[in-house]
Amino acid sequence: MLTFSFHSLHNALRCSGVAAFGLSLSVAALAQGANNAVGERIAREGLPPRVAACIGCHGAGGEGSAGFPPLAGSGKAYLFAQLEAFASGARKHAVMGPIAQALDTAQRTSVAAWFAALPAPLTQTKEAPATPSDRGAWLAARGRWQDGVPACAQCHGPGGVGVPPNFPPIGGLSAAYMQAQVEAWQAGTRPPGPLGLMESVAKHLNADDISAVAAYYAKLHAAPATAKAQP
Amino acid sequence: MKTPVAPPSRAEERRQTRVLLTIVVVAIGLAVATLAGFNLRSHTLFNSNSTVEKTSGGVVKARSHAPVPDTAPEPAIASEKAPTAKAPTPGLSKVQVAQTGDAATNPAPPPTAAELVVPPASDAIPAGPFGEVVRRGEQIFLNTRVNAPAFVGNSLNCVNCHLDAGRKADSAPMWGAWPMYPAYRSKTKHVDTFAERLRGCFTYSMNGTPPPFGDDVLVALEAYSYWMSKGAPAGKGLPGAGFAKLPEPEKEADGARGQAVFQAHCALCHGADGQGQRVGDTQVFPPLWGPQSYNWGAGMHNVDTAAAFIQANMPLGKGGSLGVQDSWDVARFINSHERPQDPRFTGDVTETREKFHNSKQSLYGLRVNGQLLGSKAH
Repeated sequence: MLTFSFHSLHNALRCSGVAAFGLSLSVAALAQGANNAVGERIAREGLPPRVAACIGCHGAGGEGSAGFPPLAGSGKAYLFAQLEAFASGARKHAVMGPIAQALDTAQRTSVAAWFAALPAPLTQTKEAPATPSDRGAWLAARGRWQDGVPACAQCHGPGGVGVPPNFPPIGGLSAAYMQAQVEAWQAGTRPPGPLGLMESVAKHLNADDISAVAAYYAKLHAAPATAKAQP
Repeated sequence: MKTPVAPPSRAEERRQTRVLLTIVVVAIGLAVATLAGFNLRSHTLFNSNSTVEKTSGGVVKARSHAPVPDTAPEPAIASEKAPTAKAPTPGLSKVQVAQTGDAATNPAPPPTAAELVVPPASDAIPAGPFGEVVRRGEQIFLNTRVNAPAFVGNSLNCVNCHLDAGRKADSAPMWGAWPMYPAYRSKTKHVDTFAERLRGCFTYSMNGTPPPFGDDVLVALEAYSYWMSKGAPAGKGLPGAGFAKLPEPEKEADGARGQAVFQAHCALCHGADGQGQRVGDTQVFPPLWGPQSYNWGAGMHNVDTAAAFIQANMPLGKGGSLGVQDSWDVARFINSHERPQDPRFTGDVTETREKFHNSKQSLYGLRVNGQLLGSKAH
């Protein structure tokens, strides 16, 4: 118990340090301004040999795919913070770590800005009132306050479309990606994020929650396409 | 053939008498202990109530005689509760309450199981015509601007201050408010029904037009609150009702310090300009001041009410993480900004302050950073 408490304290101190450092760094870096041409070139062509083209995995429009999160729709602050965290190792990722390390601060700023300026892949969709029996819909719209968990939509917006610059879209994420992030927050291998909001939510989420939320959003955002296809 | 039953011997009779006596004595002892325990608890509750009678909706007689400022937070929906009775969060175990509670604001042991009030599960809304109206009330509560547009004059929804659709303890839950009405309120200077109290929310917090008595919107909200209060004792004043009263700050609340707290802990969601954030037509994070926020007549414009709400509930999902001093400071900072005019405005800020805001918790009509608050109200 004592060990655990000490560990938590240590973690808390480390995380707040990282967050404070990250914030001051982001403010400084973002103030430098982004170079659109540099950002676009990195995104489309990469910087061979160490930096692969971003769109190769994240899609030509930054729309993401099953295994890769969308970058379009996220704000510059969020994307830049992730690149910084990948580069520093605070967010551990075998592929993104070396790529981010190969970019300097100005390049990270530029590529973050370029993706942030792309049209968001998700659009707001009308949602029916959630019912408690639909676990995913309920977590998305109402949360689970008995565990202190706010609704996803309260920060990530209706339908999880994201609220730039700091709250990324989660509506299109795969369950596997979401689950990996939740586990990373639980294990401390992803920074707690602004104010530690998501880290504290992640501690109360389990795999069933994640798959339910992912399934809900997937269905929600698939619905308009289906509707359009119908005569 | 009958087997004769031998009469008990004298020794056996004495033994039986002793056993009986013992049973009686133990029974009496238990009864006395139970009554004493009950009395003790009642006494504690009574004392708790008496400490907050200035603002609690629980003691109507005391409140009407107490030196309450006219702008005191309304009973129950936005009242403070006894500082000695830290609220349980419905559905939370005591352990979880202890983890999320702030020791500085929680000097008393958690309430006994008998005092816990847990609103019915959200899926317990019955089928049929009554349930339909309850559900409508729930949807109005969650998305007031869309579901009751005629009565809302800003970008807020009920759920912005009454978290978890009005279910969360220390966030002015409906199960804490509904059983406390009718109540005399110093704000209106008469006995308000619950419907009148709800109308007050629309007038001030929602900066809108109150629904007429009997209007579908009002009835739906009443039904939702009534449904949620199932089993809650009328008139008792429950722990978790209103907003948990904060201890006085060590240093007087200060807007400059509060601004730093705001930038560090609030601006991420509410924006550096306090105007919240939108996605399309949806106000995701509510504005805290300015034309789209609560007006100068709302309970939340009082620094103590805002500080209590903030300490217990903000940042969202991390309630209890801000210190007492920080909460007071940031509440003062937030409520030092202009917002929509008090609907009771007499045409003169000073006169309006004297009439309706004569409290140190209200900054209306005071000069803050050279600006007479209320004079440029939206």
